[in-house]
Amino acid sequence: MEQRLMPDDAGVLPGGIPPPGIGAIQRFTAALRNILRSLGLQGKGLHVVAAFILAAWVLSGIYRVQPDEQGVVLRFGKWVDTVEPGLHYHWPYPIDRVLMPKVTQVNQMQLGGAAEFGVGTAGNAAPAPGLPPAAPGSTRGEAVNQMVTGDENIVIAEYVVFWRIKDAGEYLFRLLDPISTLQMAAESSMHAVIGQHPIQAALSDKRQEIADQAKEMLQRILDRYHAGILITQVQLQRVDPPAAVIDAFNDVQRARADQERARNEAEAYANDVLPRARGEADRMNEEAKAYKEQVVNVARGEIQSFLSVYETYRQAKDVTSWRMYLDSMDQLLKKSGKVIIDSSGKGLSGVVPYLPLSETRDRSATQAPAAPGAPR
Amino acid sequence: MNRRRIGLGVALALVLLASLSLFTVDQTEQALVVRLGKPQEVQRNAGLHVKLPFVDTVIFYDTRLLPLEPPLEQIILGDQKRLEVQVYARYQITDPLLYYQSVRTLEQARSQLTQIISSALRRELGQVMLTALLSEQRRQITDIVLQESMAKAQPLGITIADVRIRRADLPPETSQAIYDRMKSERQRQAKELRAQGYEWAQQIQSRADRDRTVILSEAQRQSLTTRGQGDAEANRILAQAFGRDPKFFEFYRAMQTYRQALADSSPIVVLSPSSELLKYFGNGATRDVRP
Repeated sequence: MEQRLMPDDAGVLPGGIPPPGIGAIQRFTAALRNILRSLGLQGKGLHVVAAFILAAWVLSGIYRVQPDEQGVVLRFGKWVDTVEPGLHYHWPYPIDRVLMPKVTQVNQMQLGGAAEFGVGTAGNAAPAPGLPPAAPGSTRGEAVNQMVTGDENIVIAEYVVFWRIKDAGEYLFRLLDPISTLQMAAESSMHAVIGQHPIQAALSDKRQEIADQAKEMLQRILDRYHAGILITQVQLQRVDPPAAVIDAFNDVQRARADQERARNEAEAYANDVLPRARGEADRMNEEAKAYKEQVVNVARGEIQSFLSVYETYRQAKDVTSWRMYLDSMDQLLKKSGKVIIDSSGKGLSGVVPYLPLSETRDRSATQAPAAPGAPR
Repeated sequence: MNRRRIGLGVALALVLLASLSLFTVDQTEQALVVRLGKPQEVQRNAGLHVKLPFVDTVIFYDTRLLPLEPPLEQIILGDQKRLEVQVYARYQITDPLLYYQSVRTLEQARSQLTQIISSALRRELGQVMLTALLSEQRRQITDIVLQESMAKAQPLGITIADVRIRRADLPPETSQAIYDRMKSERQRQAKELRAQGYEWAQQIQSRADRDRTVILSEAQRQSLTTRGQGDAEANRILAQAFGRDPKFFEFYRAMQTYRQALADSSPIVVLSPSSELLKYFGNGATRDVRP
């Protein structure tokens, strides 16, 4: 008699309670009668039992809404009230029923990254309890996390969406599959936002910006659906170039390090060379100054000794000069190897002019033997 | 006893009648009441409703947004680039009567919607460039697709709430080319970085070398100047003193040479007996000195 058209992949309401059918009442009454008959209860006993059953039925309407929940009261399927946490009463079955979604719980949904690791689904890490799992995407897996960037490159991105129920009524009654819709919308917005940025931005500095933009976009989409979902955060966890080119990307990082290293090494060289050069320069300067002092001092000393001698010379010129000459000759002849006296009286002409070169070379070769000139 | 039985029978009959003539519409549902095959009314309000038993049939439809995820499609864009596009849509049965008359089952509705969206998508994307799709214009493009498919879905009693590109990827055949391009771009970048590092290193090193040379030569100049000043000073002092008696200085200096430099070289000395040094050597005392 009744025909209930339900979408094939979601036969139950969010909350998991099957909608009450009229047929259930028939079944209930028939069953009750059967039970009573089989127990053989008649007359007064029947009244007592009936009263008990009635009381139990009335009391079954007491329910408690947990602090993290909201109670959505449905009367004959119609949403009549939303109640806050606490103890409440509703009309017993089949008149009222209550759905209690957890509105404060923050759920997270992990997206992307599945293909990279060969996992079958880009699963939902924690679907809200009591809700059907998201309808699996038709072509999940192989390339869901590949995204084309604004400059037509490809990146692989992993991200997490944190969400909670903003409006229990909307969440329960506006979408057949809130979780899967959330996933679709999240993928759509992340792909769109990544598509507006160049690869470098997605890989490095603009990740936060991208995540924020995706969050905004996702929230806008969900608000348009009146999904009753609040996106608290979108986190871009990992953005990588595809495995086929990751080496090249890593090489860029290495090149950057190499560049830095080359510079550091050069700076180390400079830092090593310059202070040494400055030190050397200082040394040269100091040495020169020392030389200057030395030369002047020595000159002064020479002058002093000269002047002393000169003083004595002036007092007795001939004697002093002769004595000085003989003193010098003493020194010279004491050290000279041989003294040859030329008896011809004509200098060297009578002597055989033979000089053993080896012998002279043994001594200082610079000083050739010479006849001392006579002092005047 | 009998009366009581009758009472119970009446009560049961009432319950049965109620169960046959009452129906509930859930918050997420709408109901189409069909009387002997003829659509009678659409009940959009949730709650308890009445129908005629046996003659009325109630068909329930969802009021929520329903999912539609058409399969991946390869689409050629306006710039002849191929793209693998997957869209998702959310739709709603807004006119149960039309829906009942035109499509009836969910499968049919889905296949028709898939068709509608796919053709709208192909038409729109066939006119745009990839760069437009990879920009803020994506929104406008999908909006046009949404408008078009919305209009087409209207006669089915369906309102399409949204059509969105879930993902748009380059097909595997072209992605290899993209990979190659990405790779070459990175290689270029890496080369440039390394060369730049070399450049910097050379600049820094050569600058350091230059600075060192400058510092050292500067120091050399300084030290030579200082040394020269020292020498000049010494010469000046010496000349001043020796200038008092140049002849004696000549003699004095010669004596120093004989005594030190010449003597240190241990020369062979050849003397002439007639020299002044040996004038007593051969002749003995001269008359002046002889007693």
